[in-house]
Amino acid sequence: MSATARSVETGSQADGFGARLVWAVSDTFVLTRRNLVKYVRIPESLFFSSVQPVMFVLLFRYVFGGAIRTPGVSYVNYLIPGIFVQTMAFGAVNTAIGLAEDLQKGIIERFRALPMARSSVLAARTLADLLRNVGVAVLIAAVGFAVGFRIGTNVAAFLAGIGMILVFAYALSWGFAVIGLFAPNSETAQVMSFPVLFPLTFASSAFVPVASMPSWLQGFASHQPVSVAVDAARALMVGGPTTSAVWQSVAWSVGIVVVLAPVAVRRYRTST
Amino acid sequence: MTYAIEAHELAKRFKGGVVALDGVSFAVEEGSVFGLLGPNGAGKTTVVRILTTILGTDGGSATVLGHDVSREPDLVRSLFGLAGQYAAVDENLTGRENLVMVGRLNHLPRKVAERRAAELLEEFELVGAADRTLKTYSGGMRRRIDLAAALVTRPSVLFLDEPTTGLDPQSRAGLWAVIESLVGAGTTVLLTTQYLEEADRLASRVAVVDNGRVISQGTPDELKAALGATVLAVGLHDAATAERAERALAPLSEKSPHRSGTAVELPVDGGPRIAMEALRVLDQLGIEPVTFVLREPSLDDVFLALTGRSAEGAAGEGVSVAPGSSEVGAAPQARPGRSAGARR
Ligand SMILES: Nc1ncnc2c1ncn2[C@@H]1O[C@H](COP(=O)(O)OP(=O)(O)O)[C@@H](O)[C@H]1O
Ligand SMILES: [Mg+2]
Repeated sequence: MSATARSVETGSQADGFGARLVWAVSDTFVLTRRNLVKYVRIPESLFFSSVQPVMFVLLFRYVFGGAIRTPGVSYVNYLIPGIFVQTMAFGAVNTAIGLAEDLQKGIIERFRALPMARSSVLAARTLADLLRNVGVAVLIAAVGFAVGFRIGTNVAAFLAGIGMILVFAYALSWGFAVIGLFAPNSETAQVMSFPVLFPLTFASSAFVPVASMPSWLQGFASHQPVSVAVDAARALMVGGPTTSAVWQSVAWSVGIVVVLAPVAVRRYRTST
Repeated sequence: MTYAIEAHELAKRFKGGVVALDGVSFAVEEGSVFGLLGPNGAGKTTVVRILTTILGTDGGSATVLGHDVSREPDLVRSLFGLAGQYAAVDENLTGRENLVMVGRLNHLPRKVAERRAAELLEEFELVGAADRTLKTYSGGMRRRIDLAAALVTRPSVLFLDEPTTGLDPQSRAGLWAVIESLVGAGTTVLLTTQYLEEADRLASRVAVVDNGRVISQGTPDELKAALGATVLAVGLHDAATAERAERALAPLSEKSPHRSGTAVELPVDGGPRIAMEALRVLDQLGIEPVTFVLREPSLDDVFLALTGRSAEGAAGEGVSVAPGSSEVGAAPQARPGRSAGARR
């Protein structure tokens, strides 16, 4: 091992807002790539996280589906928009797990001591999980078509539906980022996410019509954000009045980010 | 005289009332190695985290190459390299990818980052493992990649927080050689350690930290002069005999002996000659030692000399000194922190 020459080889330093922005984007890109590599490098995790949504489709399509009445629409067409939302909402939990793990392993400590944009850690984490969800969407679409799902509107509306769900899941990522930043470790982050995730995804219109639920639950079930997203997705993919449902869902997404992203950012800045 | 690092009356109190730093001041000359020596929990990591802008202070100030760490954190971050107490590397990336990533996050152009990563892999003898993920690396290899990551930008100031804690002797010697070559190249190094031997070998000045305070500062030789060059450690059958032995041995050295249980320790300047004399004195009294060892002074001896307490006592563990051991607190410790709920 030879001596390292002393000449300073620092990168160009950010000065001015424009340069800072360019570096923030570059840092986010570098970290997003790093976050995605993890999903690819652990094939077991990739495999099992793909198996789970497939199982859900099969379970509801062939086991529970026969017992669920969905007036005016076949169950498979009712189900698949719900599965899209449920699976991507589950995918957003990766944001909590990934952040908690990075904090726990000390790699964020290293990032904090580098001359990189502070915002990039959270930006890259949520972006990576958004991109991961794009992959999930392709998988669900493939499985959905294979089990008999058919688009009732048109391809453009179907794709718009997927886009809207991705936006919604991205918003949820910021919520789960808050959990990840407060959790003491990645296992706890996961466990802490479930009490939020389960009522939202299952007490919703994703799998069964809200009208079939007890009346005390219907108020929550029909207005909570997952149901709103599912109803909007169903309208875009299968048919029905779209405009108000879609706007409501987008409003929820924007609202979640506006409220929870600052909480996550503040927590990231002050946690040591 | 120019100082590369200056810390002035640093204070830090954590939530829950832990006073981690209680007025720590020191200055590191440009191009020198400065050692912060202290037991587990003394506050060494907290000092490093403040100087590297990771943590804010509750009092005092610090500069790196003349720039205030709390007023110009962005600038300061571009000046130093940091290798932490726990190798902060990404297990799912290869060694090369880790180094390129750190280069890119230091805003080196991709090509430059790749070239620099290749150079460092060569220097740290990691070429063979360069394209394997870090999961397959040994503890020593992880430390090397971590140190390499700290050197990506060829910083002129380097912070090394317990770089060899928990390493086997061979890896430790390898890291020492790297650190020595860095110093030869003019890099300023702030090193923290629990090993007197390490501070002695690498640092030109040492500050001894205890409970968030600097309790002594000087060259390693000054520190050792206060201790005696060697320690004569004698183990006896029982406490009463140990007490007699302590009285009998006291006149042999200018420094005072220390007794704990059945063991007596005497800092001495003239090793073997005093050992012979000690055996003679004990023999005259009819005392036969169980163990009789001449050893290098350890951090524990520094603590005894400076505070009258043992270093491990300072860390709240209360383990007595084993005769013949030259290292204190050598066992790798569990990572403090999030999973233990201690850091929040
Ligand atoms: N994030 C934290 N929250 C609460 N206490 C802390 C935190 N970090 C360190 N401490 C406490 O501060 C003291 C000094 O710790 P540290 O600087 O890590 O010591 P060293 O590195 O010398 O072992 C210890 O008592 C430790 O428990
Ligand atoms: Mg420490």
